[in-house]
Amino acid sequence: MNAWIAIALTVAGCYGVKLLGLSVPAGVLERPVVRRLATLLPVALLAALTAQQTFASRQDLVLDARAAGLAAAAVALVLRAPFLVVIAVAVVVTAALRAVTG
Amino acid sequence: MAQETAPPLEEAPPSPDADRRAIRGALGVGIAVGLSGFAFGVTAAGSGISLTQTCLLSLLVFTGSSQFALVGALAAGGNPFTAAAGAFFLGVRNCFYGLRLAPLLRLPARVRPLAAQWVIDETTAVTISQPTRRTARIGFVVTGLTLYVLWNLTTLLGALGASALGDPAAWGLDAAGPASFLALLAPMLRTGTERAVAGLAVLLGLGFLPVLPAGVPVLVAALAAPAVLYAQGRRTGRKEVRR
Repeated sequence: MNAWIAIALTVAGCYGVKLLGLSVPAGVLERPVVRRLATLLPVALLAALTAQQTFASRQDLVLDARAAGLAAAAVALVLRAPFLVVIAVAVVVTAALRAVTG
Repeated sequence: MAQETAPPLEEAPPSPDADRRAIRGALGVGIAVGLSGFAFGVTAAGSGISLTQTCLLSLLVFTGSSQFALVGALAAGGNPFTAAAGAFFLGVRNCFYGLRLAPLLRLPARVRPLAAQWVIDETTAVTISQPTRRTARIGFVVTGLTLYVLWNLTTLLGALGASALGDPAAWGLDAAGPASFLALLAPMLRTGTERAVAGLAVLLGLGFLPVLPAGVPVLVAALAAPAVLYAQGRRTGRKEVRR
């Protein structure tokens, strides 16, 4: 049930902002500070989410194989690997480390 | 600086060559990114939501980072409202993409509700790089359609594949979510401002994780954006006063 509530809210919210952007007259939301904030918000959210999903196990901070996987993904990104390759590198390194360390 | 105000699109006569170039570019982006629905399908299946829910997210939300954030928050046991809030804030940037695209595409009012679903990072990047309104529309439609079809197809395949594999952690699939966030984030870290925001957000997101309910620390971390902007505003404000 909880998942359905979250999904319904996300669907409505995400579609709503897309339609709003296409529909409002130009200039209404075009204030520089609003625009800066809109480009920086995803940066903050994605950075926090990356860190949490790498170092968190529920409410605890942990250091496990995922950290190695993410480090490998970062190297792949620096080498300009395509999106799917970056994901694959993270998955393979994480799995390999778990297999080795048991 | 000239890029700040979009140049008025010339109504140049249609050229098959320009059309082909637009289609080729759009297909490249659409196919490459469309295939990453597979990563979402796998991640969503590992987070404990059903196959129907996974596919509905790709069909109806159709903006990758929000989808990954939502399933991540649900997997962490967050309450539905904070989970949806995180996903929503990530989706807000599409509003600003819409603002940029509207004058380029000049869509009739009745098509807007349909076109709106395709207003995302990739379609925007392809559309704003087009020289004419005709190729902008071609770029938007071809990118949007290719990405929409592939993203949904690969979401389904990923979710089905993941449930066939069993425990996602044994295959390292729990690293797919954070790796995709990192891949989405990397191209955004262009200047010191973005890096400062990212660094502060990591500290806030991890620092508050043990003490606040699941899902809330991400929202606290979002405050890194206004905080850095404010600090910057004060610095430049002081400089101007000195002058």
